[in-house]
Amino acid sequence: MPEFLYIYRGTQRPSDPQEGQQILQKWMSWLEGLAKQGKLKDRGQPLEPTGKVVNGRAKTVTDGPYAEAKDLVGGFSLVEARDLDEAVELSKGCPALERGGTVEVRPLMKI
Amino acid sequence: MVAVLTRLFGVHNLALAEDVVQDAFCRALEVWQYRGLPDNPAAWLMAAAKHRALDVLRRDRTARRFAPELSQRLESEWTLVPTLEERFTAHAISDDLLRMMFSCCHPGLKEEAQVMLVLHLLCGFSVAEVAGAFVATHAAVEKRLTRSKKVLAASKELFDVTRADELAARLPAVHRALYLLFNEGYHGASAQVAVRAELCREALRLLELLREHPVGRTPATFALSALLSLHAARLPARLDAEGELHSLFEQDRSRWDQRLIAEGWSLLEQAAGGPELTDYHLEAAIAWFHAKAPSIEATEWSNIVKVYDRLLELRPSPVVALNRAIALAQAEGPEQGLEAIRAIEGRERLDHYPFYAAALGELELRAGRSELAAGHFQEAMTLARNPSERRFFEQRIGACSV
Repeated sequence: MPEFLYIYRGTQRPSDPQEGQQILQKWMSWLEGLAKQGKLKDRGQPLEPTGKVVNGRAKTVTDGPYAEAKDLVGGFSLVEARDLDEAVELSKGCPALERGGTVEVRPLMKI
Repeated sequence: MVAVLTRLFGVHNLALAEDVVQDAFCRALEVWQYRGLPDNPAAWLMAAAKHRALDVLRRDRTARRFAPELSQRLESEWTLVPTLEERFTAHAISDDLLRMMFSCCHPGLKEEAQVMLVLHLLCGFSVAEVAGAFVATHAAVEKRLTRSKKVLAASKELFDVTRADELAARLPAVHRALYLLFNEGYHGASAQVAVRAELCREALRLLELLREHPVGRTPATFALSALLSLHAARLPARLDAEGELHSLFEQDRSRWDQRLIAEGWSLLEQAAGGPELTDYHLEAAIAWFHAKAPSIEATEWSNIVKVYDRLLELRPSPVVALNRAIALAQAEGPEQGLEAIRAIEGRERLDHYPFYAAALGELELRAGRSELAAGHFQEAMTLARNPSERRFFEQRIGACSV
């Protein structure tokens, strides 16, 4: 079955533990739901908001990524779906969307 | 966790300790979002907090002044990690919790502020939950907590558990805080649930800790432990599977926790180890009369009234007087009970207490004046603080028209 990478952007940190617990619940039940349907290939990982960026031929290293909060990649998961349409449909349950985030759905290239 | 970290960072860095815990918690939640909950989230959180603490200690070692007692060992990379490990062992944690308990009960703080701190720092209550427990607004509680923390931070060292005289002076405040904590769980003013067993368990756990420490092992500590154990024994019968509240009068006594009753009795015996008689002793005695009675009818009500009389001498309060009147009604009849209620000093302070109206209703009902009774239950309904209470009073109104 074709595989798709979900790239989550703009996943803001919760402002307090209560909110965090609610978000945790939503994410767990969403991913659990995907797993039950046999669509989840890898649950993925969250990413630290900081890091370094290595640039071009000169290989200059800068602090970063200084993307705007809404563009910052917060994490990823790997799913399986019949086609892009289904993968998009499945992504609509993602709790990140409710908090103003985005899910980028990218098919893995196969030959 | 805050207690452990405060021990490391020093009480003047209380805010930092809280931040580290909060940060560790939020990070954990984020990882669990993806990976699912680990088998032992508590241990995981402890480990996460430890790592964050190590980061902070390494990074800020020169910039900040940490716990003065530990600073030398925290400054050297050789002893930093072992010192940290040591602080995170079970024994050290209970030690730190005790220190924190006494720190919260700072003499510069009002009793209410002390309890708020215990709830917030030791029991992990959010500001909203503390506000719920004190029937106060979020903003007011937040302001109060901030001010209290400043008072704590101003004290140079974290409370020294070895100074017995100061400890003894703070012990009554610690007792009071734990008593209120339990109460909040037992008949909390929380909007959704009438009983929050976890708060009761927290209070019992902290008391156990207190009893393990030489300075904490006083008759009053044992009396309070006995009282709370005996009350906790009745918790399973207080709320049924549907979440309905049951008063002592209609509880299924077979659901009382016999182990806790036995423990309560043994604690009460140990509480009698000195000349000291506190209101906790008296309240525990009343709880014991209830716990050992096979039924409402077989309860030694006249003895209970006598204990209430002593309690009123020691701690005059309209709520205590109301409870005495209810016991008197059991011993001598509803008219006597009603008369006692009318004689309560400072009765107007009970006007917003739903169980005051409910008590009037109950006694009027028993005296055969069901219309009057229904009126009182109606009033109790309007004062009810959560759905369980409301349903309970509804059911009593129903009983009036039978």
